[in-house]
Amino acid sequence: MTDLQAAAPARLAPSRADATRAGSRQAPSRPERRAHPAATARALIKHLVLIAASLVMIYPLLWMLVSSFRPTDVIFRTPGLWVNNLVTDNYSTGWNALSEPFGHYLLNSALVVVGAVLGNLTSCSLAAYAFARLRFRLKTLWFSIMLVSIMLPIHVIVVPQYILFNLLGWVNTFIPLVLPKFLATDAFFVFLMVQFIRGIPRELDEAARIDGCGHWKIFTRVMLPLMGPALATTAVFTFIWTWSDFFTSLIYLTDPAKYTVPVALRSFLDATSGSNWGAMFAMSVVSLVPIFIAFLAGQRFLVKGIATTGGK
Amino acid sequence: MSAISELSSLKITRARTPEERRMRAKEAGRDNKAGYLFLAPWLVGLLVITVGPMLASLYLSFTDYSLIQAPRWAGLDNYARMLEDPRLHQSLKVTFVYVFVSVPLQLLLALAIAVLLDRGMRGLSLYRSIFYLPSMLGGSVAIAVLWRQIFGTEGLVNQILRLFGVNASTGWISDPQYALGTIILLHVWTFGSPMVIFLAGLRQIPGMYYEAAAVDGASRWTRFTRITLPLLSPIIFFNLVLQIIGAFQSFTQAFVVSNGSGGPSDSTLFYTLYLYQRGFGQFQMGYAAAMAWLLVVIVGVLTAINFFASRYWVFYDD
Repeated sequence: MTDLQAAAPARLAPSRADATRAGSRQAPSRPERRAHPAATARALIKHLVLIAASLVMIYPLLWMLVSSFRPTDVIFRTPGLWVNNLVTDNYSTGWNALSEPFGHYLLNSALVVVGAVLGNLTSCSLAAYAFARLRFRLKTLWFSIMLVSIMLPIHVIVVPQYILFNLLGWVNTFIPLVLPKFLATDAFFVFLMVQFIRGIPRELDEAARIDGCGHWKIFTRVMLPLMGPALATTAVFTFIWTWSDFFTSLIYLTDPAKYTVPVALRSFLDATSGSNWGAMFAMSVVSLVPIFIAFLAGQRFLVKGIATTGGK
Repeated sequence: MSAISELSSLKITRARTPEERRMRAKEAGRDNKAGYLFLAPWLVGLLVITVGPMLASLYLSFTDYSLIQAPRWAGLDNYARMLEDPRLHQSLKVTFVYVFVSVPLQLLLALAIAVLLDRGMRGLSLYRSIFYLPSMLGGSVAIAVLWRQIFGTEGLVNQILRLFGVNASTGWISDPQYALGTIILLHVWTFGSPMVIFLAGLRQIPGMYYEAAAVDGASRWTRFTRITLPLLSPIIFFNLVLQIIGAFQSFTQAFVVSNGSGGPSDSTLFYTLYLYQRGFGQFQMGYAAAMAWLLVVIVGVLTAINFFASRYWVFYDD
């Protein structure tokens, strides 16, 4: 937390705004607040509104979780969250409903995700170091192209990209899903890391340079260790986005043995034509568990990261 | 701070006089080799994965190409056919309705909740997690599957309506009147990520502004409209631009909910879904490429309009 705040870009650091607020509010306003019943009532109403909103937001998720432990016919009769007798049949049926056990698709997705995370971490940090610290010709031009590419709809490149990867014989392999990440095509993360590196004091690299370090050493020995939070943000976002990326898998993976989780789920929906909801829900829950864990574990990086760059 | 303000500030820092420019060029040469080495993966990606395919796509849009035979030059045929393609027009209509209804609703909700959550209140981080979670899950097939059940004839929504004595038998997903609405609702449900951005922005507004206004007797509403909104306007703008661009590319939810058809009666035929059907269902790569370029032009024009309009309502503090 502290190293993040120390090195974080200006917008992220606890600014004078917080300082003034904390300074002027804490001492005088607390006893004052206790004296005003109107303020207490207002806070109460606020919490009631927020609690109601929270319930509406997560109710569908909780209901899906609970329903995955109910027989299908009960799912369609029970809007509530109580479970009388817990049934795990859905999980065993769902796990074996497709040509491969569901674990196979989880493994495929895991392979793609690991590749994507590694790719984004290396390629984006290299590019970010160049943009944030090095001086070279046409830098402003490349930098603005990089910023514009964040906003480019992927559909404009998907057709020729498919043709290219098809010619290379890479359809039904994971290469089209992973290779672009090693070429820093997720420019959003390049920008995120540029922002972060800008917040690292230049004295650190200058000291390293005086000690005789070249750019590679400065990058690997000084920058990367300090970039922990930015790398973590990138890793968590890449994990979540790649895990649920449906479009790319749908286009490039047509062989059922190569399916990642999203395409497997959707073919499950096709195969049962939506009749076995219990098993569908069970596998949907399974497919969401990794995202949920990544969210819980990486939440502070997600929040910080999205605040630094203004998100995607 | 954001990619967008960065982009608009780039122009200002450009060297002005020839003298200055020469100085800069000299300085810029210093790390040329290292710079391009570090940049190499990105540059290769830019050329091979982005710019190359974009140009190829432009060329293909003037051809007939089915992947089996070599592309055949067709001039403006694809674009001419687009003018007369009723499904294309339908897909544009669906996408525009989706974007211009769901994005404002989502941002309004995000802003409202962010304002409620501001000021180190109790339970802030718990609330934030709960509201943020759906936007992390919302793009997944699993949630689209859930949506299909919830809004089905015997789905959760109708079950709850029946609890309240409403004789609900509408299949929200299977009724062309409501199907798009359910997908809009799904998008609104993911208001968490713009909300987190708003929260970060709100924290940057100096508390003394509010205190000064309160001393002057400004009401809560006045403080909101005169302090919060102007100071937050760059962030509102940023969210607006990116959410519009993102919403134009929505695909997964419509695909799963309609089973890839865009139905019922093309009521959820998103532009990208139709592009997919043409390109990867019927392998009309030329037509799909032309559609992709139209999408770029639409998104580009809307973004330009957005930037232009921002001069009149976005307030920069510095």
